[in-house]
Amino acid sequence: MHELAVAQALVEQVDAVIDQHHATRATLIRVRIGPLAGVVPELLATAFPLAAAGRRMEHAELDCVAAPVTVRCRTCGAETEAAMNRLLCGACGDWHTQVISGDELLLESVELETAPSLTPES
Amino acid sequence: MCDTCGCNLTPGNQHLAYKPVARGATAVSVLKGLLQKNDDQASHNREHFDRRGILAINLMSSPGSGKTALLEATLVALKDEFTCAVIEGDLETENDAERIRAKGVQAHQIVTGTACHLDAHLVHDALHHMTLDGVDLLFIENVGNLVCPASFDLGQHLNVTLLSVTEGDDKPAKYPVMFRAADAMLVTKTDLLAVLDDFDPDKAEAHLRKLANPAPVMRLSARKDLGMDAWLAWLREQLAAQRARVAVGQSRRPAIQPDGQKFHSATA
Repeated sequence: MHELAVAQALVEQVDAVIDQHHATRATLIRVRIGPLAGVVPELLATAFPLAAAGRRMEHAELDCVAAPVTVRCRTCGAETEAAMNRLLCGACGDWHTQVISGDELLLESVELETAPSLTPES
Repeated sequence: MCDTCGCNLTPGNQHLAYKPVARGATAVSVLKGLLQKNDDQASHNREHFDRRGILAINLMSSPGSGKTALLEATLVALKDEFTCAVIEGDLETENDAERIRAKGVQAHQIVTGTACHLDAHLVHDALHHMTLDGVDLLFIENVGNLVCPASFDLGQHLNVTLLSVTEGDDKPAKYPVMFRAADAMLVTKTDLLAVLDDFDPDKAEAHLRKLANPAPVMRLSARKDLGMDAWLAWLREQLAAQRARVAVGQSRRPAIQPDGQKFHSATA
């Protein structure tokens, strides 16, 4: 459900990026989502066209890059992949770990189209 | 962290920042949290709380796990010690706010309509309807939902997640995003354990540890006044810690391993 709220936030951010770079529209939007962010990429992809309707990123491709869940063990120092509900060290099995990837919810990059005559150098 | 000087680029994410693009297009690296606007508002709310020395606690759980009952018992127990205030979040009705007001405590009800979670803007609007001067503890009772509320920072200092014994003891394994965010987990309605043979509090705690979460687990029954002392002592301790932070100009965000933020580029 809350993916629509996330999609609306995404549209506002992309809008700001378009303004900031004096572009006419966005053609590709790349977001990076870890399973621990609590946002389902498929639902975000469904919600995005609703939030983007009539906006300058209406026809942009939304590319959701899945981030793997990786933990760093505070006990043995190993970095291993983990399941989202089992964040244990893959090497020694300890639960004193730190998530170093897998909870991101990030607008990674945007590809923009600029009007040729108005293109400022950036 | 900002968009202009590149300080949001870290060794961990800079490979994401520069990529070749098709001719005629410009690729812009953003690397910004998708919920930046919410997070900015949340920080603003947190500043409001810190300026007044208030400790803000976000209560999350499934519907019916006893958030309001816990609040009622807590507010009564603390009424001579601290000034409390409550923000209630529900899809409909003023019922919960009325229950809190009946205990003589200031309460504001946020009616979300169909929204499944509170966000920082809703909480900010609620704050404008409240008198915060003199308040020590602010409880925000989130919409009963084990999914969506976990993704939205409200400006609270601590997350408290309730798990009632009438639910499954594997809830932390089923809803890892929610339980990973808990600064404390309360196993509620423990008076019913005697008649339930399928809930093991130790298992619930083991599932929480598997999420790499060191949060304290407290077992209590608000209705039967069991185990409330440990919870009240934890609240006093956390309020003292908040006052100590405020005295030196510091604040605190809810857990989720704050130093883990350094390892990737999510919003700071």
